[in-house]
Amino acid sequence: MKVFTVHKGLVAPMDRANVDTDMIIPKQFLKSIKRTGFGPNLFDELRYLDEGQPGQGGRERPLNPDFPLNWPRYQGASILLARENFGCGSSREHAPWALEDYGFRVIIAPSYADIFFNNCFKNGLLPIVLNENIVNDLFSEAEQNPGYQLTVDLPRQRLIKSDGEELSFEIDPFYKQCLLEGLDEIGLTLKEADAIRAYEAQQEIRCPWLFHAIK
Amino acid sequence: MAGKTLYDKLWDAHLVQQRADGSSLLYIDRHILHEVTSPQAFEGLRLADRKPWRLDTNIATPDHNISTDREERAAGVDAIPDETSRIQVKTLDENCESFGIREFKMNEMGQGIVHVMGPELGASLPGMTVVCGDSHTATHGAFACLAHGIGTSEVEHVLATQCLVTKKMKNLLIQVDGELGTGVTAKDVILAIIGEIGTAGGNGYAIEFAGQVFRDMSIEGRMTVCNMAIEAGARVGMVAVDNKTIAYFKGRRFAPTGEMWDRAVSYWQTLQSDPDAVFDKTVVISGSDIVPQVSWGTSPEMVVPVTGSIPRIEDETDPVKRQAIERALKYMGLQGGSPVTSIPVDRVFIGSCTNSRIEDLRAAAAIAEGRKVASTVKQVLVVPGSQMVKAQAELEGLDQIFIEAGMEWREPGCSMCLAMNADKLGAGEHCASTSNRNFEGRQGNGGRTHLLSPAMAAAAAIAGHITDVRSLNQRNMA
Ligand code: SF4
Repeated sequence: MKVFTVHKGLVAPMDRANVDTDMIIPKQFLKSIKRTGFGPNLFDELRYLDEGQPGQGGRERPLNPDFPLNWPRYQGASILLARENFGCGSSREHAPWALEDYGFRVIIAPSYADIFFNNCFKNGLLPIVLNENIVNDLFSEAEQNPGYQLTVDLPRQRLIKSDGEELSFEIDPFYKQCLLEGLDEIGLTLKEADAIRAYEAQQEIRCPWLFHAIK
Repeated sequence: MAGKTLYDKLWDAHLVQQRADGSSLLYIDRHILHEVTSPQAFEGLRLADRKPWRLDTNIATPDHNISTDREERAAGVDAIPDETSRIQVKTLDENCESFGIREFKMNEMGQGIVHVMGPELGASLPGMTVVCGDSHTATHGAFACLAHGIGTSEVEHVLATQCLVTKKMKNLLIQVDGELGTGVTAKDVILAIIGEIGTAGGNGYAIEFAGQVFRDMSIEGRMTVCNMAIEAGARVGMVAVDNKTIAYFKGRRFAPTGEMWDRAVSYWQTLQSDPDAVFDKTVVISGSDIVPQVSWGTSPEMVVPVTGSIPRIEDETDPVKRQAIERALKYMGLQGGSPVTSIPVDRVFIGSCTNSRIEDLRAAAAIAEGRKVASTVKQVLVVPGSQMVKAQAELEGLDQIFIEAGMEWREPGCSMCLAMNADKLGAGEHCASTSNRNFEGRQGNGGRTHLLSPAMAAAAAIAGHITDVRSLNQRNMA
């Protein structure tokens, strides 16, 4: 997994509450058996005027001129500013894969859906939670100032504006560690293999029917 | 010390390790896989040269993208016309074969939507931790499983370690007291709850549904309720074990037998919240106040009683909500203030892991019997949730009732719930749907979904518009 420490990037706004995973990556693209290549279809139904099909890149398709990510000023954005309950809906990890593949490294929102939030950390994507008023301010600043950038300092848990103003944010220590070190979670868990085996041995005595094989 | 909630008990029974950083290692008893969220996980295992920890806890089936058309299905996997779908289904077959995981193949008895086939095979049992790469895994909580959806990285993690790295959630009690009126179903109850607490109301919580209404409800009905916990933001929804739970599992294919059954039952009987358990939050709703529900907008919380009308922008004071209502009205092509029963219906979908069990099909058939689909309705799809549900329905002659009414009787799968296959809405079409999500484009680009119960869906098919099932001839009322 990609390591995340300090990131500076252009901020793009997604001014909509309850952005669901179908909106982030529509189902026709879930047929892919790969983890990569979802970027061109991020927000597909909002981004393009036609209906996207799997395997289709973005180049030949008509862009929706009303969708902010299509505006020249937001090209190359890597920090997404969003509203409450971002990522609600399905458990598809294709949603963070698409955001990451598009080039986003950070999302800032007042709240997220649980599964999506969790999935982000597995993919080097940092979802920051900030109070609604602060997010409101960031929206107006990003909209009023073309080229608006922020620096995200994960070790210090700070967002730094270009004028030097700093905002602090909270993050779970385990998730923070995973991002900072790009940890292989499976490898970590396998270090506890003895504990897992001990649990199994005990549980097999208590609830033996749980160890009947599915055949 | 205060007593434990059902969730606390299930959590404690599966906790392998509490880590210093606040995360926990939770043991997983059953892992269900399907074609869409598993290929990258298997690939990850291969790349890292890892083996599944415990093969025999995994069970797999294709459901999300497969065709529901009888001829296409009969032609088999190699004949799936859409290449990407074919590759995905074949990849599941190949992965299960090479790793040695029991798969119920596309046309095999036992196949079905993950959350329909798991319980009916007894592959998920009370007291288990159950995970699946699908957010509606909470369905299995209906019989006191700690069940929730996981992402693909976690699918790989569970395959490799039989554990999940997670954090304990908070406890939310949703109590629905009293009795439901005639024509009011489990689906109406859960839609009413979501309307009340909102799509983020359960974020961070495990929900326990309690109260007379759930005690009176069948296991199928409880599954419908728990299925949609995620639409209220909660990964987990549960109902405590009672005699109905135990009766439901007796004789199921993978359920224990003989002395082992007795031991299991005595354990299952402890799976209730203690009387003095403390919940972080409690919501109380009166069951007798619930009437059949219909969603009008593009989020499951945008729901109204069938006797009500579509909200007007002017009546909402919160600016973010106003904007959401305005956007939803525009997308849905609806006028604020008009009665919900004025919404015309172009297609009807009866199916999905929310409402495709035998009881759901019986409820729909009771309305359809002796009636005809309105001439303005283009298509009514009835999609059983599994091969077993299909066989049972055909035994009872329900398929004939649907066909005589002018509906299509299909093969089991997710179908128009998420429209990954050919079953989808055209732009602008309104659909009365028994599924669980009404997001923009969920059932097809530009499609407009109205969530409701199977009986209400059948009633809409007959009337050609959203209609109060209670206004139809009483002879057919459950
Ligand atoms: S029926 Fe719908 S919600 Fe259920 S598993 Fe299939 S796609 Fe997911």
